Amino acid sequence: MKDTLTEGRGTAADTAKIAVRGLQVHYGDTHAVRDVDVDIPDRAVTALIGPSGCGKSTFLRCLNRMNDTIPAARVTGEIRIDGEDIHDARVDPVQLRAKVGMVFQKPNPFPKSIRDNVAYGPKIHGLTRKRSELDEVVEKSLRRAALWDEVKNRLDAPGTGLSGGQQQRLCIARAIATSPEILLMDEPCSSLDPIATAQIEELIDELRSRFAVVIVTHSMQQAARVSQRTAFFHLGRMVEYGDTGKLFTNPADPRTESYITGRIG
Amino acid sequence: MTATSTLLTLLVIAASGFVLARARALACAGGDSRALHSLPGHYGWASVLLTLGPALALFALLKIAAPPTPAGTLAVLALALAALAWSLRRTRPNFRARQTVERGVLALLMLAACVAIATTAGIVLSMLFETRNFFAQYDWREFFLSTTWAPRFQGDSDLGILPLLWGTLYISLIALVFAVPVGLFAAIYMAEYAGGRFRAIVKPAIEVLAGIPTIVYGLFALITVGPLLRDYFAQPLGLGTSGASVMTAGLVMGVMLIPFVSSLSDDIIAQVPQSLRDGSLGLGATRSETIRQVVLPAALPGIVGAVLLAASRAIGETMIVVLGAGAAAKLGLNPFEAMTTITVKIVSQLTGESDFAAPETLVAFALGLTLFAITLSLNVLALAIVRKYREQYE
Ligand SMILES: Nc1ncnc2c1ncn2[C@@H]1O[C@H](COP(=O)(O)OP(=O)(O)OP(=O)(O)O)[C@@H](O)[C@H]1O
Ligand SMILES: [Mg+2]
Repeated sequence: MKDTLTEGRGTAADTAKIAVRGLQVHYGDTHAVRDVDVDIPDRAVTALIGPSGCGKSTFLRCLNRMNDTIPAARVTGEIRIDGEDIHDARVDPVQLRAKVGMVFQKPNPFPKSIRDNVAYGPKIHGLTRKRSELDEVVEKSLRRAALWDEVKNRLDAPGTGLSGGQQQRLCIARAIATSPEILLMDEPCSSLDPIATAQIEELIDELRSRFAVVIVTHSMQQAARVSQRTAFFHLGRMVEYGDTGKLFTNPADPRTESYITGRIG
Repeated sequence: MTATSTLLTLLVIAASGFVLARARALACAGGDSRALHSLPGHYGWASVLLTLGPALALFALLKIAAPPTPAGTLAVLALALAALAWSLRRTRPNFRARQTVERGVLALLMLAACVAIATTAGIVLSMLFETRNFFAQYDWREFFLSTTWAPRFQGDSDLGILPLLWGTLYISLIALVFAVPVGLFAAIYMAEYAGGRFRAIVKPAIEVLAGIPTIVYGLFALITVGPLLRDYFAQPLGLGTSGASVMTAGLVMGVMLIPFVSSLSDDIIAQVPQSLRDGSLGLGATRSETIRQVVLPAALPGIVGAVLLAASRAIGETMIVVLGAGAAAKLGLNPFEAMTTITVKIVSQLTGESDFAAPETLVAFALGLTLFAITLSLNVLALAIVRKYREQYE
């Protein structure tokens, strides 16, 4: 898998799952994302790194049009997923979001039972009808999110009663239960212990065989461990994007180098 | 000396206490307020509290216990002066005046809280007392179980609460069946869909409804809604010829309740964190699915509270019923018939030439107490529901 990703940028565009051109995002007067062009490959993990407030979450939210829900946000530019412009009038954001799943920066479990949290997506999309199938999906998703053993005896307890790290994994389970084609993860391990982090990284590695995964992280080590490609954002611009190994060992831009060696951010 | 001048004198004594204690504290410390335990003002206030507190208490006691006498007034003033002298003696740099003042403030706040509780207790007690008088003259089984309400001022009346209770519940039910969905949907629209401009106009407009006096609603029921329902529904359907009907009062009361439901629910829905909506939308749910499955369940305790609040308003409403549903006590199912409620009968039993020893008058207190019990249990129920869901969701 890794070998196929060491190709140059030109060829990546041909297999790009997501192609972004000239993306700009404004929040009122704040210019949060500037001139971003990027091709995100399928069946690979792309990491977004950069200092706080540089626009990583904003960029991520563009990919499933979650910025539509923020009245102040204005998105311009082109984003194509599988060659289709997601801002096209014919594209239904609801369908898009079913295809492009998202794990948010802050855990946001619904005020429902743990089971219902995970079953939420499959239920509204009518993926499963029978209770037994639903239970199966719930168990599988929770296992993959490394949460099953901790909650298997209290599936009917409210999801909001879990610890912060457990909530984060519940939200991951909830997102993968709908089997999206692309999974956007905004700092999914920010409140996890090393063991749970390792389990989530394993999950991400496994997801890569079928999905495109885009992950925002503040941990350089994590980006290096799980991703094949890395994009470095700084002040709303994507400063550098390329093969993860190369970006960390031999960054082209001095700003990238300062950031990964800990001098800015 | 009149009570007013006594009180004024007390105030003067207290004010001089403030000035004296403050000055004395400063003098003791040699003008350097840092040598004092508390701020100079604290010493002044402590003196005021010590002077006024006991004197006012004695004043109130004497007032309740006996007609005012010059001796009593003198005793009050003497107590105040003695307390003033004592408080001045205590004003030394190490006197913990701040603590005294804090305790005084606490006592004042507790007193305010007690006024509310004492009033409630007083109301209940007076009702209980009169109700006991009523049940001494009238069999309680008759009152609670008889299905006829026919007071006769010559005596020998039938005073069964059931027709009135039925009317109350029937009208309230119609009002709620109308107001809850309309109010809730309006709230959902305003909180989730409406743009800022629309919201800025419509929200205050709906709230104006809450400010209309109920007598005006009553007039609206009497001259507009009643005849309309009679001419277009009741008569064509052969259900009656009365303009005053359960339906008229219920609908108009429903309109009155809309702002209660909508305004409270709107605030509650707006408080549901955006992150929950994002979570649901991010999974590919539509807006209405998100509202139904995530937003409303999260807002449910508050909405239940709003509905129960509206219910107690409906049960206690009088004016709309008198003008909209009439004053005929009746047990029936036809919503186009005139009926009446507990509140209306309380008013009619107490107005006119009432003899406060006859059961026909005293029954008003029994009715009132029953009404109070109903609204109280509604409120308790509301609290219990809200608490239950809180536990589940937070
Ligand atoms: N809803 C919003 N309204 C207005 N401005 C916003 C909003 N969300 C983000 N911003 C602004 O956009 C810029 C980028 O924010 P963003 O959340 O994308 O940063 P980030 O890279 O994800 O940071 P972090 O690592 O701290 O999560 C910031 O300057 C932020 O203040
Ligand atoms: Mg972020």
